[in-house]
Amino acid sequence: MEEIIATAIGALAASGVWLVLRPRTYQVIMGLCLLSYAVNLFIFSMGSLFIGKEPIIREGIKQDLLHYTDPLPQALVLTAIVIGFAMTALFLVVLLAARGLTGTDHVDGGEKQP
Amino acid sequence: MSQHWLMAVILLPLATAGLLLLPGERHRAAKGWLNLASCLAGLALAAALLHHAAGGTPEVYLAGNWAAPFGIVLVLDRLSALMITLVAVLACATLLFAMARWTRAGANFHALFQVQLMGLYGAFLTGDLFNLFVFFEVMLAASYGLVLHGSGRARVVSGLHYLAINLVASSLFLIGAALIYGVTGTLNMADIALKVPQVAVADLGLLHTGAAILAIAFLAKAGMWPLNAWLVPAYSAASPPVAALFAVLTKVGFYTLLRLWLLVFPASAGASAQFGEQWLLYGGLATLACATLGLLATRRLERIASLNILVSAGTLLASVGLGTPALVSAALFYLVSSTLALAALFLLAELIERSRSANELPLEEDADILPGSVGALRPPPGVNLDDEQRVIVGRVIPWTMAFLGMSLIFCALWVIGMPPFSGFLAKLNLIAAVLDPAGVGQGGHSPSPPGWVFIALLLLAGVASLIGLARVAILRLWAPVERPSPALRPYECLAISALFGICIALTLRGEVLLRYTTAAASDLYNPPRYIGPVMAKQPSAGPRALLQEAP
Repeated sequence: MEEIIATAIGALAASGVWLVLRPRTYQVIMGLCLLSYAVNLFIFSMGSLFIGKEPIIREGIKQDLLHYTDPLPQALVLTAIVIGFAMTALFLVVLLAARGLTGTDHVDGGEKQP
Repeated sequence: MSQHWLMAVILLPLATAGLLLLPGERHRAAKGWLNLASCLAGLALAAALLHHAAGGTPEVYLAGNWAAPFGIVLVLDRLSALMITLVAVLACATLLFAMARWTRAGANFHALFQVQLMGLYGAFLTGDLFNLFVFFEVMLAASYGLVLHGSGRARVVSGLHYLAINLVASSLFLIGAALIYGVTGTLNMADIALKVPQVAVADLGLLHTGAAILAIAFLAKAGMWPLNAWLVPAYSAASPPVAALFAVLTKVGFYTLLRLWLLVFPASAGASAQFGEQWLLYGGLATLACATLGLLATRRLERIASLNILVSAGTLLASVGLGTPALVSAALFYLVSSTLALAALFLLAELIERSRSANELPLEEDADILPGSVGALRPPPGVNLDDEQRVIVGRVIPWTMAFLGMSLIFCALWVIGMPPFSGFLAKLNLIAAVLDPAGVGQGGHSPSPPGWVFIALLLLAGVASLIGLARVAILRLWAPVERPSPALRPYECLAISALFGICIALTLRGEVLLRYTTAAASDLYNPPRYIGPVMAKQPSAGPRALLQEAP
């Protein structure tokens, strides 16, 4: 399972970085989205990966670290998702404003003539 | 003092921002006064906290009434109280300036302004790494709105870059925080500091990677070269009161670096001691060098102010990288002085450029070229100034031009660090601290080669600012170009005069602030003074416990 998660994070982050460095604003926003997915998965995996374990203490399950998973990264990733989502929406607004004001979707607001 | 005042500093702007959203834009004047009242109340609170923090013991507030490593804590020590007061002062001055004219340039300026303050106060107070991220995002979200205030092509394009860079930096922040949590198992800064010396050797690589990634996020915000290319376009395009408030935004990055680095990687941290010191030092020196070159190349006043922000960022980072308590103390004094000076310069820049923007090219049309070249300053052919001198003598200078000219001279001396103002005291302290780490006259100590480079670059940056500012002043104020003198509003003059008043107070009573920053620096170099109160703080008894005690 670790390999699959690691590969997924790596692929998302690599494509995200590549897209962020592209010259069109739409590519940049897609890159930022992919990057934030990678980051969210990464935070989630920091609590170490388990299948079928409780995050919150329950009656009848022995109260030690062998029988539970860390709930904190799950809470953190929720916050990070919400904030990332809001920021991406904001970026979208600025992107549209830039498109309207400059008449192009180039990140520098104009094509460089060779 | 009730410990709840710590929370009040954050809640006050939040509540005000909520209130300010309710009335429509028709009630702009009333909203302005409400905003100003809230800023003044924040200033009073900040002053009370500063007075309390000067006592020495850090004040700890358990936000959810959970003991330290589990719940979120707010911590007020000397450093955070100083930063809060600086923000509060700056907020009052910039808001006064904005109320004259700039609040009309777009919607919801006041609410965004208060949210910005909330993020700043929270970032300075929090003692929890993830909570720091949240306050950073609050601060940045408001700053995205403010940087676009007034709209226009230049603002939107540079705002887009600012947003993209900061979103990537936020991702790095999260990765760094997650790595540190993965290794140490805690997010509380004081608890991280306790856990770092115990980290297993096999995990040190992960811990250092996490710290380095986190530091990149902070350094991008603090404006270290080469992560600062976004700063000059964004700050010089932003509306002037916003840019003046942003003078303190880069200092947040510096504050978190200073706080975390000295807390988590002190000399006593075993294998991780002083991790990354060289990067701060050489990064700071490179920032200073690049900003100096930039200052020589630019001829626009707001760009000179933005580049001076980089100069001050470089100076602060390098002085922390050189790493002695005396130098950190001098750096904190410099931080206060330079932030206020640059805010004043941003405000003044707009007043000086205003007459041009009304009559000549719109601001975004000329990147760095002034309408009149230096050659245009020569008198027209056939005019002998010696004979015509009489015409100039006794001519009345409009009071606005007199005010602008005198203000620019004052501001230039303050920013450059020439006597007699507090900028000079700050630079003198920095240089003295490099030469004599133990205190002036405490024995012959020769600074290391980076120390000499630092002194040289610091002085060169001052010379470059002097050249840049003198050039602008000649072209803008003392050139024989006919242009109507700009209209100044009382609020604008009041805001700038208030900042100058603070500068004079800092100059006359500099020793009070210096004594305070010295105490703050010695606190920073003694992490147990911060960790102890945080870990010792017990939750207060809940209502249920009180009820049980009652009968």
